[in-house]
Amino acid sequence: MGSRHRPGPRGRGHDGASGPVGDGRTLVLPGDEIAAGGLRPGPGTYRTGGKTYASVLGLLQQRPPVVRVVPLSGRYIPSAGDVVIGTVADVQGTFWLLDIGAPRWAPLHHTGTPWKLEPGETDRYLHVGDSVVVAVESLENTGRIGVTMLGDGLGKLDGGALVFVSPARVPRVIGRGGSMIETLSRMTGCKLSVGQNGRIWIDGPPDGIERVRAALKMIDDEGHLPGLTDRVHSLLTSTQPLDADGQPTESPEPRAPPSPSPDSPDESNAVERFEYEGPGASGGS
Amino acid sequence: MGSVGAKEVPTLLTPDGRRIDGRRLDELRPLSITAGALNQADGSAFVEWGMNKVMAAVYGPREVHPRHLQENNKAIVQCRYNMAAFSVDERKRPGLDRRSQEISKVIAEAFESVIFVEEFPRTSIDVYIEVLQANAGTRCAGVVAASVALADAGIPMVDLLPSVAVGKVAGSIALDLKKEEDNFGEADLPMAMVPQSGRLVLLQMEGHMNREELGQALDLGVQGCRQIHEKMKGALRERYAPSSANPQEANA
Repeated sequence: MGSRHRPGPRGRGHDGASGPVGDGRTLVLPGDEIAAGGLRPGPGTYRTGGKTYASVLGLLQQRPPVVRVVPLSGRYIPSAGDVVIGTVADVQGTFWLLDIGAPRWAPLHHTGTPWKLEPGETDRYLHVGDSVVVAVESLENTGRIGVTMLGDGLGKLDGGALVFVSPARVPRVIGRGGSMIETLSRMTGCKLSVGQNGRIWIDGPPDGIERVRAALKMIDDEGHLPGLTDRVHSLLTSTQPLDADGQPTESPEPRAPPSPSPDSPDESNAVERFEYEGPGASGGS
Repeated sequence: MGSVGAKEVPTLLTPDGRRIDGRRLDELRPLSITAGALNQADGSAFVEWGMNKVMAAVYGPREVHPRHLQENNKAIVQCRYNMAAFSVDERKRPGLDRRSQEISKVIAEAFESVIFVEEFPRTSIDVYIEVLQANAGTRCAGVVAASVALADAGIPMVDLLPSVAVGKVAGSIALDLKKEEDNFGEADLPMAMVPQSGRLVLLQMEGHMNREELGQALDLGVQGCRQIHEKMKGALRERYAPSSANPQEANA
């Protein structure tokens, strides 16, 4: 190709360093020449003929010593340590294949689970269609994504509903310091777990789940526009069920989800566990 | 459009240089592009170009099926170009035919040369192009739609890929042929260009042109591609930054 492209974790800022020097709001398209200003071409860019170009559609971010493009769309690109929600796509003798929304299925080996099982017993624990919370453990240059279920807050999900948003919207769903997810949970009485891959598990009263679903759709569709927090807030307020006096009812305390098995982790602090800590985690503006 | 079956050759070029639809030789048909027209696909686009209507959807990178097609050091690009049965005057027999297989192949190869395929080993990037209404130049409209859909799908690539057909009509080189000009003209030259480098990654020809005319046609096509490139960028900006009144150029 004669040009060098820097692949890498995309969609999030991992270094908790200073904010972007560029405005972070400049939309660039593949092939747009970008002003590198002596910066190294980072993820989402490539360099050829002494010039730097964007390779993906996204927002330009100049953060010395690199210039990068933070994508606004696309599949989930895994990065080690991410906590994600996956769905079992296939069951093999000693492992399960999980669809985590990444370019490839991620194998979950039975040694990466809390269960002691003999080869061939995998289908006693997880079936095609089951949802699990796992952590990305290893990434190989073959594209293989190793995941594990051993760790705090990891395990099988029972009940509830699963909603997909774009992975690029995950920081918006969580909000600054977890503000958005806290609002969603408080106003609907639901518990939420947000995977870095944009898959969100909701459990709570049925009408609450539907309200969270509507709010998440709004975040997914309009997350790039200003004033998001206010709009989500008014959406949730307008859908709040009314009591006999016509007053909005108090949402019940988020209830703990049913404990599926002794091995399953306690989900009580799920929101905390999935809290996003990157610099891009600002809720609206 | 009854004249097509009737074999009477329409007047393709008036003495004052106007074409059958009133365009100049170097003028494009009206083109409108909508990015993100479909919900289920990772990326999508709808293109209306003259009387062409083309939908494109992109999925992936994702697992390769069947498995034996997978490449262990890069993604494969698979393309399906298909014309709807109702896209032409006479009903088109649905499904794959020689023509659509060839077009699918050249389009897939064109995209493989601009996508950073090494970034996604053992995966497949699937491009679906559905021609809903055809009026010459559907492969070019398909490439334009698919390219916008690929950008919408967040797939890393060297550049967008504008595409246009140039032809020879009544002895003159003309940009962006419409159906009558394609049917009764002397030559048709579809092409796709990488704007960043000026490289051509799709070039086919039907009919006859001499060397001088070919040079002239390529120049005209490059100029057409540059105009189409602007429209493609506009469509993506519209989808991802509709509120920004003054889309700032990233160029310093």
